[in-house]
Amino acid sequence: MAGVLDLSVAEAAARIAATELSAAEYFAAWHEAALGDELNAYLFQVDHPAAQQAIDGPLGGIPVAVKDIFTTAGSPTTAGSRILEGYQPPYTATAVRRLDAAGARVLGKTNMDEFAMGSSNENSAYGPVLNPWDRGRVPGGSSGGSAAAVAGGLAPCALGTDTGGSIRQPASLCGIVGLKPTYGAISRYGMIAFASSLDQCGPLTRDVTDAALLLAALEGRDSCDSTSVGIEGGIVAPSREDLSGLRFGVPRELARDAVDAGVREVFEATLKRIEGLGGEITEVGLPNAEHGISAYYVIAPAEASSNLARYDGVRYGMRAGGDGDLLEMYETTRSQGFGDEVKRRIMLGTYALSSGYYDAYYGQAQKVRTRIAEDFRAAFAEVDFVVTPTSPSVAFGLGEKTDDPLAMYLNDFFTVPMSLAGIPAISLPAGLAAPEGGGPQLPVGFQIAAPAFAEQKLLEASFALEQAVGFAASAPVPYLMGNGEVGAGD
Amino acid sequence: MIDREQVLHVARLARLRLSDQEVEKMAGELSGILEHVDRIGSLDLEGVEPTSHVVALENVWRADEPRPSLPQAVALANAPEPQDGAFRVPSPQADA
Repeated sequence: MAGVLDLSVAEAAARIAATELSAAEYFAAWHEAALGDELNAYLFQVDHPAAQQAIDGPLGGIPVAVKDIFTTAGSPTTAGSRILEGYQPPYTATAVRRLDAAGARVLGKTNMDEFAMGSSNENSAYGPVLNPWDRGRVPGGSSGGSAAAVAGGLAPCALGTDTGGSIRQPASLCGIVGLKPTYGAISRYGMIAFASSLDQCGPLTRDVTDAALLLAALEGRDSCDSTSVGIEGGIVAPSREDLSGLRFGVPRELARDAVDAGVREVFEATLKRIEGLGGEITEVGLPNAEHGISAYYVIAPAEASSNLARYDGVRYGMRAGGDGDLLEMYETTRSQGFGDEVKRRIMLGTYALSSGYYDAYYGQAQKVRTRIAEDFRAAFAEVDFVVTPTSPSVAFGLGEKTDDPLAMYLNDFFTVPMSLAGIPAISLPAGLAAPEGGGPQLPVGFQIAAPAFAEQKLLEASFALEQAVGFAASAPVPYLMGNGEVGAGD
Repeated sequence: MIDREQVLHVARLARLRLSDQEVEKMAGELSGILEHVDRIGSLDLEGVEPTSHVVALENVWRADEPRPSLPQAVALANAPEPQDGAFRVPSPQADA
């Protein structure tokens, strides 16, 4: 049975299409693997490994783990929050419908930081997700359940969302591929809103080819989301073998000393590999990127404070304090239903938008956002891609940063600027490094960002680099090997 | 930087009720975060156009044709307290 679980999504889909592999057996094998979840990666799993007949489509018969932020009619959807416990959405998110139309089937809903607010998955109302490489460490967040499911052999591929790094950072910490497409590439309809001007969904997969396969199915315009435009020309499987003629820019302002030594080593080695493939490494300027975290932690909470006003105990979700007056019901419901981080962000956003502070915070942050987008435009006039480490460290310990919200926020240093600029970025597993405090080696992610809607070019370059790194081929599946026993990677 | 009074004021605006302990903690945490965020306050961004949306879009229309929408029963299915085809809520001015 382990045999079919080793197949990539692309290989499995090809075998199913050629009737060499039964879709029903393949789905059942993954269903069984998912039932063995010891990582708290899933919040809900489908009951019946439904009669999976051969299903036409590029993802025919492929099971997919879906972050619990996407509405799915007929299955509960909580967004990791107590306030939505028991909620049964009346409709299915467009992204999930598109995967379904391509032949994929939902395997289960994955755990996440409450309303996607967090970088460690410790903000879930349903308990933290454990990193499959070391169960004493976080998988990253907020799409931590999706990343852990793919890395831990509990799903062949997964859907996540990324507002400031929530696909890329957990992909990095779990040693898999995570792609945040251009804002507008995929419909946000049915994706529970956190920060509407930043939220974008994307795939978490074992390799770049699978990411391309999922993106091809997901992208497109949707009349239910007027900000969705799709990717012109669509997406095809990448095949590029070298990087000749391509220029990769390393931000001059990249705070190399803010990056752990092991992560820095893998980053520098990856730059060498790019040169070995014929790519050119050069420096670029992103002078305003250092203000990304400040701008992000005004804009995202401000939009969240508005989006989360809908959870008031009236139309759906939890209600508490119904014996008093209306105001008391609102306040009791929200105070009991939301967790600490969500309350903190609602407070921060409400403050930033309140009378007398709007210009100083939200207005100023939106101007910084313009400057960061201009920085990237100027950089892309000189280079094809901008590269950074995805995260300044490898996976950190559970509970290590929970007492210091600011330290947790600074973890998003490398991923937030691309979100503010709305451009696509991918995290590729690039190697292993020991954590600062010592211990077994853990995955390190390499981030590549591209101009808006240049996903195909980004995937081609990522594919070539992935072959050279050889991580997907050589990395062990530690979850299957037992806790803590991590074999040597590349 | 953010005092107790401000925390209580913002909590009221956000329809959150915080315990005394939460108010103390929130004041400290928000102050720390805002201290970091305040760095952008000193940047000279006079004349910079604010970005509210990253993809240039204008007037996204669709045909003005009636389409089916959620049936009433489905819309009410998740309601904590549905009544007579509506959402029942406590009175805005309970005498309690």
